[in-house]
Amino acid sequence: MESQLSRAWQSDFMWSFRRSPTAVVSFFVVLVLVLGAVFAPLVAPHNPFDPSSLNLMNGFSKPMQPNAFTGDAFWLGTDDQGRDVFSTILYGMRISLFVGFCAVLFAMVLGVTLGLIAGYSGGTVGTVIMRIADVQLTFPAILVAMLIFGIAKGFTPVHLRDQMAIWVLIFAIGLSDWVQFARVVRGATLVERKKDYVQAASLNGRKAVGIMLRHILPNVLGPVLVIATISLALAIIAEATLSFLGVGAPPTQPSLGTLIRIGQGFLFSGEWWILFFPAVTLLVLALSVNLLGDWLRDVLNPRLR
Amino acid sequence: MAEAVLSIRELVVEIPTRHAVLRPVDRVSFDIAPGEILGVVGESGAGKSMTGNAVIGLLDRPAHIASGEILLNGTRIDNLTKDRLRRVRGKQIGMVFQDPLTSLNPLLPIGEQIAETILEHLPVSRAEAESRAVAALEEVGIPAAAARIGSYPHEFSGGMRQRVVIALALCAEPALVIADEPTTALDVSVQAQIIALLKQLCRERGTAVMLVTHDMGVIAEAVDRVAVMYAGRLAEIGAVRDVLTRPAHPYTTGLMASTPLASKGLKRLNQIPGAMPPLSRLPEGCAFHPRCPQAAERCRKEPGPTLAAGGGRAACWFAREPVA
Repeated sequence: MESQLSRAWQSDFMWSFRRSPTAVVSFFVVLVLVLGAVFAPLVAPHNPFDPSSLNLMNGFSKPMQPNAFTGDAFWLGTDDQGRDVFSTILYGMRISLFVGFCAVLFAMVLGVTLGLIAGYSGGTVGTVIMRIADVQLTFPAILVAMLIFGIAKGFTPVHLRDQMAIWVLIFAIGLSDWVQFARVVRGATLVERKKDYVQAASLNGRKAVGIMLRHILPNVLGPVLVIATISLALAIIAEATLSFLGVGAPPTQPSLGTLIRIGQGFLFSGEWWILFFPAVTLLVLALSVNLLGDWLRDVLNPRLR
Repeated sequence: MAEAVLSIRELVVEIPTRHAVLRPVDRVSFDIAPGEILGVVGESGAGKSMTGNAVIGLLDRPAHIASGEILLNGTRIDNLTKDRLRRVRGKQIGMVFQDPLTSLNPLLPIGEQIAETILEHLPVSRAEAESRAVAALEEVGIPAAAARIGSYPHEFSGGMRQRVVIALALCAEPALVIADEPTTALDVSVQAQIIALLKQLCRERGTAVMLVTHDMGVIAEAVDRVAVMYAGRLAEIGAVRDVLTRPAHPYTTGLMASTPLASKGLKRLNQIPGAMPPLSRLPEGCAFHPRCPQAAERCRKEPGPTLAAGGGRAACWFAREPVA
């Protein structure tokens, strides 16, 4: 075990990781944010959604300053209800990250599957899949996501809407993002399919599905990993945008985007921190994930080494 | 002669294009007996690989078999449905490709790849398949085979990798192996070893081999019979000694004359004047006549005789009669 760990540490991958300050910094930023989100109930000073822990008198506390009425101090201030902004950010990040991860996972599974089929079988099936992808690309992703969100919401029973909102959101963002995966996987599959070992496997009597899963899929996963990382940042931003526009996460389960939308109302009355800190968190999160994705792309691309 | 493992009868492969229907393989017939090694030689584009691909059913659209028959152990395999074909040919045909770099999956240990193929075709347990994989690697001369089944293809040199490919091709005990230029991508120093290995293993098992190459040295060394192809047609076929020492077709004569031999000394290299015509512009009559020193009026009008399996030796009106 020890030797395996040290071997992993010595690998080219880890070597180039250690040599890139950007990668190290953004990795740890992401790590801290993810851990903070996952362990929000343990880390956060308050549960912002438990009314009994709130004190309306604490409303509009400024960051790092004791409240004029109660004397309580909050790191990042409070909103109009007296909710601790730091806590709402931690809880909001949970939603944002959860939606981001699930949406990317969904987009990845869908895109990789369709890309493999399009690349391996080619012909009419492949053409139809890729034309659908092309058509979808002509619309801005956020518009597609909004459209899907709206339609999907229409199909969910009214009493389930708030509970289902998160899943509908994941579905909408995932469906708006599969094209990237499909295109890249199709391209890589076209290359891989022509290689002798794939031909040999098909000569050997392997079924097409077996060849795709066993031989082609592992060999096209490198670029998929890169796109998945960059897509994660995009998905988080897409979620925030939708929530900001009021069509995403409901106020009962506010994500970073919802927090920004709420905070936006107080911006011009001087309570800037309600908007500012969630926005900065979103920025740092998306930027770090993106930088990590860029680094990953450079490492996994043999031509740039 | 025992019944042929592979029989090809009047095989025609066609590629329809905008202007004409091309025939990269035109009425080719031959047999390969069990344990026999048939070399198929010719210039690039002569139809060697196309013939091989037609046999294993890997012709890429729009190329297709237009007519003729391919029989494997007496069963027609050219008109099977995709599903049936997969079951038949996988078990009975092994394939050695030109580039050992791309003929192994880079992400699977070699032992795994061999064991998987064995499991696919032979009714054995997982453990049995793995021990057979080790045995197969030992047989092709991989040192410390048992320790190396967990190694990945990139951990082997080109020659060693081609040995692994041979083990992979033979592990399911096929009746026929098609080797498409198996030594072209290798170092000269290991080419002879690989050919000798392929020859030895196939002799031991009675596996028929179709060896596609353009290397006359490989032909002289390894094969029992040679088929010479030119512009999609079989120009000459016969026992290797006869073809090499007493070529019957003028193209073979030219081919032999242009093969450099150390014993001939460092004279200027002979060549056949001109180049093989593209399939879209085949001359009328015999496709070789513009380059043929013996071309006569008849050659300009009539294509040469078509060789039947077991029939004549050279597709030339003026072929020298083979000495019986």
